[in-house]
Amino acid sequence: MSEQSHGGPEHSGAVEHAGVEESGKYAIDNPGIPPHRPRLADEDPRAAKRAERQVAVLFGISIIGTVLFFVGYFVVGQIGPDTEIGTVRLQNMLLGLGTAFSMLGIGVGIVHWAKTLMPDHEVSEARHEVRTEEDRQVAVGMIDDIVEESQFKRRPLLRNTLIGAVALAPLPAIALFRDLDDSDNRSELATENFGVERLRHTMWDSGVRLVRDPTGTPIKASDVTIGSAFHVIPEGLNELPPTEHLNQKAKAVVLLMRLDPQDLQISPEREDWNVDGIVAYSKICTHVGCPVALYEQHTHHLLCPCHQSTFDLTQECKVIFGPAGHALPQLPITVNEEGFLVAQSDFHEPVGPAYWERG
Amino acid sequence: MGAWLIPMSTSSTTEYQASTPTGKIANFVDTRVGASPMVREFGRKIFPDHWSFMFGEVALYTFVILLLSGTFLAFFFDPSMAHVTYLGSYKPLYGVPMSTAYASTLDISFDIRGGLFMRQVHHWSALLFVAAMSVHMLRVFFTGAFRRPRELNWVVGCVLLIMGLAAGFTGYSLPDDLLSGNGLRIIDGVIKALPIVGSYISFFLFGGEFPGDAIVGRLYILHVFLVPGVILLLIVAHLFMVVVHKHTQYPGPGRTENNVVGYPVGPVYAAKAGGFFFIVFGIIALISGLFTVNPVWNYGPYDPSPVSAGTQPDWYIGWVDGALRLMPGVLGDFSFKWDIPLPWGTNTLAMGVLLPMIPAAILIGTMIAWPWLERWVTKDNREHHILDRPRNAPTRTGIGVAGVIWYCTMWAAASSDLIATHFGVSLNDVTYWLRGIFILGPFIGFIITKRICLSLQRKDREIVLHGREAGVIEMTPDGEFRERHERLDDYRLYQLVSFEANRPVPAQPGPDGKISGGEKRRAKLNRWFYEDRVEPVSRAELAEAKTHDHHDVPDALAATGSRGTLEH
Repeated sequence: MSEQSHGGPEHSGAVEHAGVEESGKYAIDNPGIPPHRPRLADEDPRAAKRAERQVAVLFGISIIGTVLFFVGYFVVGQIGPDTEIGTVRLQNMLLGLGTAFSMLGIGVGIVHWAKTLMPDHEVSEARHEVRTEEDRQVAVGMIDDIVEESQFKRRPLLRNTLIGAVALAPLPAIALFRDLDDSDNRSELATENFGVERLRHTMWDSGVRLVRDPTGTPIKASDVTIGSAFHVIPEGLNELPPTEHLNQKAKAVVLLMRLDPQDLQISPEREDWNVDGIVAYSKICTHVGCPVALYEQHTHHLLCPCHQSTFDLTQECKVIFGPAGHALPQLPITVNEEGFLVAQSDFHEPVGPAYWERG
Repeated sequence: MGAWLIPMSTSSTTEYQASTPTGKIANFVDTRVGASPMVREFGRKIFPDHWSFMFGEVALYTFVILLLSGTFLAFFFDPSMAHVTYLGSYKPLYGVPMSTAYASTLDISFDIRGGLFMRQVHHWSALLFVAAMSVHMLRVFFTGAFRRPRELNWVVGCVLLIMGLAAGFTGYSLPDDLLSGNGLRIIDGVIKALPIVGSYISFFLFGGEFPGDAIVGRLYILHVFLVPGVILLLIVAHLFMVVVHKHTQYPGPGRTENNVVGYPVGPVYAAKAGGFFFIVFGIIALISGLFTVNPVWNYGPYDPSPVSAGTQPDWYIGWVDGALRLMPGVLGDFSFKWDIPLPWGTNTLAMGVLLPMIPAAILIGTMIAWPWLERWVTKDNREHHILDRPRNAPTRTGIGVAGVIWYCTMWAAASSDLIATHFGVSLNDVTYWLRGIFILGPFIGFIITKRICLSLQRKDREIVLHGREAGVIEMTPDGEFRERHERLDDYRLYQLVSFEANRPVPAQPGPDGKISGGEKRRAKLNRWFYEDRVEPVSRAELAEAKTHDHHDVPDALAATGSRGTLEH
């Protein structure tokens, strides 16, 4: 490769090394590799024989392990509808132990072999320059020649149009990914509801009944005793096709609780959002969207199990601890003529985590 | 030995005839692909031996195990979010509606022999893969192995670690169970917090609104093709550079910047390293056979409404999750959800989610840039093949420990609820404490570590000058009791004295003869870096100490090659 090097002799090509050996640099000079200390097996044939037997035993253990694996696989046998979970666990354990012995037997055996019987003389090998100055000069010269011959520098018109073309050419590849979100082409629901606007709307609407999650049975105001809590979904959610069902559920889930009305501090514009102390709040944490699933009855706190955001129910679910940045949105509710709890409208603000367009 | 592996020139008229079986195979291969130079290069290549060099090996081997077990799983796994009703063997979920991905994960666990075992092997290996890479990087950092000429390999290693996290995360979400679904929802929430592009990235990722029906298939192709492909390429580059640079070695007798001391690949190192693969595999198999990991059948299919308390992400995601937990969302009446009025309307910045991303960015950014940062501060542009003992680079070691403490505090915060329930303390107090440690911990850790390093250096000096404590108490004729000290042999001695004392490099004038502001800052940092130091014992000091030796300090038994008592 470097036979025809034109490197000048004035370049040594050496990069300065740290701690280069020079006599007197350290308190004592490098004494060299310590003398080899023979192992037992190097001097005593019986010790070598013993080591050999040990290695063979380890390889034997490996063979037994492989057999154990097949015992687990074939003797425990096929698993299926009638298999007890204990049998699945037993098979898993036998396969695991079998593989473990099979592998450890080989591994420990080989390492023991290497450590006891193979030569253990430490050897020194010289390091070389990663690349010499000569090679580098040849390479730089070649690249200069190539650039020169291509006339890339001399013809700026070609250069600049090429740069422009190459810069634009990948754009179609990026545009191709636009339909990673093709939901606007296929959504049958809420046709006016595209883009980020979707995040503002849920299934809740005037008159939509609050029903239990997941059964879908409606809730009478009289069913909700003080101190009780319900996981709630909008009526009609369960009838949606599967994907739409999950998408809507991810926004619409609500927690319903009843407190003594005297415990509630209600702001003027929300006076009529509750029914005798029955309040409904979005279950989606305003931090990053986990379900706020824990209700601490005696403190009236809602706690998100993911990052411990804590909301105070008595203060309209204001954040009192944890990383959430704003209160859980409240769902205005009322009762219909049959005594069932219904929504007055959708949420008045987007549910879930904050996003740029939320406002 | 090995001479018959090198065939004669094939251009000669009489073709070389091998006589041994090895020779025949070698001749066949070599005359077609020319493999002999490779054998020549690698067959007896020297690798230094040290237990701390094993972590990288563990990472490599766990990756191989991941490829093997992952291929098996891919034969059976169906990454579809199509809706099915489960009719498989796991009774408690019989008849439950779920996604095909979740159902096929249950099938792998309960209807395919060895499927559960392979799932466990895959998951445990993934946990170990990231752990081994992390520890390997700590080893490289604390020993200064990232210095010239290995800076680029350090960067490749950093990218490998990040890709390891990506591989883990994309795989974790594939079974589409309740736990991973909630994890995905957290990611969605974090993505949505990004200014301007957040909600769009979320829509593109999920194919519309969360959770949609596309995400598992998309994560799947990333997990089984793109991410492992990149990891594989990077591993090749990583190992290639290890060969080019040759391995670093710890300081010690016989080791210099110009050599590498250790065992040849064939047979010793190959046997040890090869055997070690089986040991790693065996240990993973043992764990997988005995300990359940990620029992997705307990969690149920993903549903946006329920969540279980005390959920934990896989360990390597913990530090980011913990950072999210540490951040206060509101302080009094001040909210970190900023509504910013702009001409076209109000936009929202969820600082409570964005700010916790900054420590992660700082840690990763500093990690990648560290070789250049340190080189800029120390002005040390020399090649280093001899590693630093961590105590001999007190400031770097201190900074490393500070980073580890920062990371671990965030990591611990991801378990704040479990810490609270296990130790019966208030969750809020745990969070307040961790917030305190998050801010103060790194500084305290830095100071303590640096002091410990300097003390260890002083102890080294002490041992060099006055010998080691022999454990023998002697009574002098006047009745005084004293412990006998013994001098070290030259081999041990050399290890303790053969490091450089780096003195601060004052600010240097630039080409214009002036000292720039940047250079002044560099010099200041440099002084802080090197100011506190313990010099290695010098030749004069050692000679001086020897003349003061009491008669009861026996001189070195070393350098004679005998198996002296000192060597035990």
